[in-house]
Amino acid sequence: MKNKVARDIPDNILKQMTRKPFNGVTYGHPIAQRVAPKVRATTGRDKVLSSIDEVVAKTVADGMTISFHHHFREGDYVFNQVMRSIIDQGYHNLTLAPSSLTNVMNDIVVEAIKKGVVTNITSSGMRGSLGDAVSHGLLENPVVFRSHGNRARAIEQGEIKIDVAFLGVPNSDNAGNANGMDGDAAFGSLGYALIDAQYADTLVLVTDNIKAYPNTPASIKQTQVDYIVKVDAVGDPEKIGSGATRFTKDPKELKIAKTVNDVIINSVYFKEGFSFQTGSGGAALAVTRFLRQAMINNQIKASFALGGITKPTIDLLNEGLVARVMDVQDFDKGAAESMKDNRQQQEIDASWYADPANKGAMVDQLDVAILSALEIDTQFNVNVMSGSDGIIRGAIGGHQDAATAKLTIISAPLVRGRIATIVPNVTTVITPGDSIDVVVTEIGIAINPKRQDLIEQLSHVPGLPIYTIEALQQKAEKIVGQAKPLVFTDRVVAVAEYRDGTVIDVIKAVKD
Amino acid sequence: MEIKKTAMAGTLESSDVQIMLSQGSDGITFDLVSDVAKQFDDAIKATITAVLALYGVDNAEVKVVDKGALDMVIKARAMTAVQRALDLADEPNWEVM
Amino acid sequence: MATEERLRRTMMFVPGNNPAMVKDAGIFGADSIMFDLEDAVSLDEKDAARYLVYQALKTVDYGDAELVVRINGLDTPFYQNDIKAMVKAGIDVIRLPKVESVEMIQTLEKLVIEAEKQFGREIGSTQLMAAIESARGVVNANAIAMASTRMIGIALSAEDYTTDMKTHRYPDGQELSYARNVILHAARAAGIAAFDTVFTDLNDEAGFYRETELIHQLGFDGKSLINPRQIDMVNTVYEPSQQEILNAQNVIAAIEEARQKGSGVIAMNGQMVDRPVVLRAERVMRLAKANHLVDMEGNYIEK
Repeated sequence: MKNKVARDIPDNILKQMTRKPFNGVTYGHPIAQRVAPKVRATTGRDKVLSSIDEVVAKTVADGMTISFHHHFREGDYVFNQVMRSIIDQGYHNLTLAPSSLTNVMNDIVVEAIKKGVVTNITSSGMRGSLGDAVSHGLLENPVVFRSHGNRARAIEQGEIKIDVAFLGVPNSDNAGNANGMDGDAAFGSLGYALIDAQYADTLVLVTDNIKAYPNTPASIKQTQVDYIVKVDAVGDPEKIGSGATRFTKDPKELKIAKTVNDVIINSVYFKEGFSFQTGSGGAALAVTRFLRQAMINNQIKASFALGGITKPTIDLLNEGLVARVMDVQDFDKGAAESMKDNRQQQEIDASWYADPANKGAMVDQLDVAILSALEIDTQFNVNVMSGSDGIIRGAIGGHQDAATAKLTIISAPLVRGRIATIVPNVTTVITPGDSIDVVVTEIGIAINPKRQDLIEQLSHVPGLPIYTIEALQQKAEKIVGQAKPLVFTDRVVAVAEYRDGTVIDVIKAVKD
Repeated sequence: MEIKKTAMAGTLESSDVQIMLSQGSDGITFDLVSDVAKQFDDAIKATITAVLALYGVDNAEVKVVDKGALDMVIKARAMTAVQRALDLADEPNWEVM
Repeated sequence: MATEERLRRTMMFVPGNNPAMVKDAGIFGADSIMFDLEDAVSLDEKDAARYLVYQALKTVDYGDAELVVRINGLDTPFYQNDIKAMVKAGIDVIRLPKVESVEMIQTLEKLVIEAEKQFGREIGSTQLMAAIESARGVVNANAIAMASTRMIGIALSAEDYTTDMKTHRYPDGQELSYARNVILHAARAAGIAAFDTVFTDLNDEAGFYRETELIHQLGFDGKSLINPRQIDMVNTVYEPSQQEILNAQNVIAAIEEARQKGSGVIAMNGQMVDRPVVLRAERVMRLAKANHLVDMEGNYIEK
């Protein structure tokens, strides 16, 4: 049946996966029963095991759901070591439920699928060879894509039941008190992993750095931890975060960033105590720089910056332009390293960050969110998941969650190479147009007609050309020409949930 | 008109296309590599074929490595390649431009 | 004489054989876009660049920007084909490099007329400008500026010029002082635009501002630029102050009042407003509009 964003969701998928179709962005006030993990009591003297093989043998069984976090990003050594052991020990029918999958994990996941070790996956996203393999139908069961807030919700409500969580940490004591801030492989906030630590039946920490007991501050607590394994290295510090932050010099990105800034500062939300989320990437960093200048010029300070944090945001904190940084993950070394010394840089878990089934999440307080897109359509729906060739190459991340901000801005070039970014219909709807307010391109902006108030506020800003989204789409098409439509088979290879757990779209196998 | 010598135009930079023309005997044949082939392979071939037709070239092997070039870039590169292949580089055919 | 008054604060160089830059050249708000077929293009790619710029001119929407092409010099084998291709494409302005004499402009004009006839373009629709890059060019600048009614401007090109002068560029620009003043006077006497040379060190923002403020003070229309990032910096230097805008608005109001009264004399606060004041007011308002300092009705926008 067709859902609220006019996507045809096959009935058999809804039935087989017991899901409802997406029916709107409002969450309301439903009352849900949360689940609780099993706890194996211990005094803690038997926690340290000698090898990953040993802990896998002790904890994993066929058919289980296992989880990981992706805070080490492309520098992750833990995922591969654990999965190698699981494959070699011959387990089958596992559900893989990491917070996300990075490129460094691709090859071993493909191997695990081929050997029947992994038969289900839920993740924020996937890219590269894994996305390609899944888009060509390698995995029999559809992958379930969830936003960071939705993953927290699904874990809390038992839709994802984690049997064993393998969490890499840059330090821990021998009882399991651990944080993400110290050690060679420090990555800062443990935000996504904290949910796994709280809800997994069995929690295994993998670390390369055993500290004296008791290790504080403890983001993960000994009360949650079953086993600790010491390995030589948990991550490659060079690849965990991007190195020194460099502002983009790309004039097109700068133009877009400047326009994003114009939209923000001419909106009613730019006032003392406002809050924002910018994300990573060259254009986002440039927005932060423009915003900094605007805050100084107008003597305005922000109450908090949210989400994935970068060094330029920490600089705003240190300059007193931002009162608090609410930090679910750190994108670069500068942000990761400052957390331990900075009380105003608060580590938050994914539930606190973005979970809709909460007694209030940070995103509910957010004024301005600046997000990216692979595609935007004339209904303002956004795709951050499938590429122009129809192949999975992205991640929901916090996109759907942060898009509930009072002013949600999508910044994207009108075209990339010969691919239009603004299209009549996105390949995959990830974030519904109802939560998108303004689209910013290098030639001008489009405002969602549902936001007459914003049209009013931004209409008289000199040098800020406003187009209809249809006009932008036509301009893009005029530049690149008309693309042939992509061809897919009928086979559903992935299901994209909205943050409330309903199905917003399905991704089908590509036809080559 | 027959291709006189193998000729190439364009680069492998983003937004460019490299087109190599050599003698052929079986109409216009293509060897095309492009990141946007799924959406634009037919359009790319049609543009190059049309440029070749303007110069009366009916037989050629065309090797294309496309890096997301717009149609106007493909046209320009095809025109450059064909004039080079026909030894017209210094004496362009203004009528077909 | 080309008297059409348009803002020419920024003339952005675009390498003629670079598709990514050619296609995006229109999005940065340059007053003039100058596609380069000369120094930015290697000898064996001259044909490729010519056809790329040709197709771009035929296809891409560059908005209100004035479109300029720097063709290869008179002494090169590419010169004539460059002219034909650009005239056929309908370029606004042909910029000839290394101009040293009136004859060079006249030769160019003759070929442009031929091309306009050959390709059915309106005779006179292709405008010209000269780049002065040598001592001889500077010495002949007055005559060059007046060499043709198609001339819209002359530009200083300092790299070749300083070499010719047996010096190089210095941060304070003393070595260019004479040439800048000569070119500016030649342009003003001929009623055409004067463009300053490029500033190549993209990392030296302070130096760029210093040089731009200097040429703004001298009276140049604008500057040749090598990177879109420099556009906003030039526009900032050329931005009129609030006081200048308010004054200009008063002058414009006085003109309007005189027009309504049918009076030939424009008066403001009991004083007669003479022609230079009127011209300056009109220029201030053009700059204010371009810098988004006034709204559609010409009202000043508080920053």
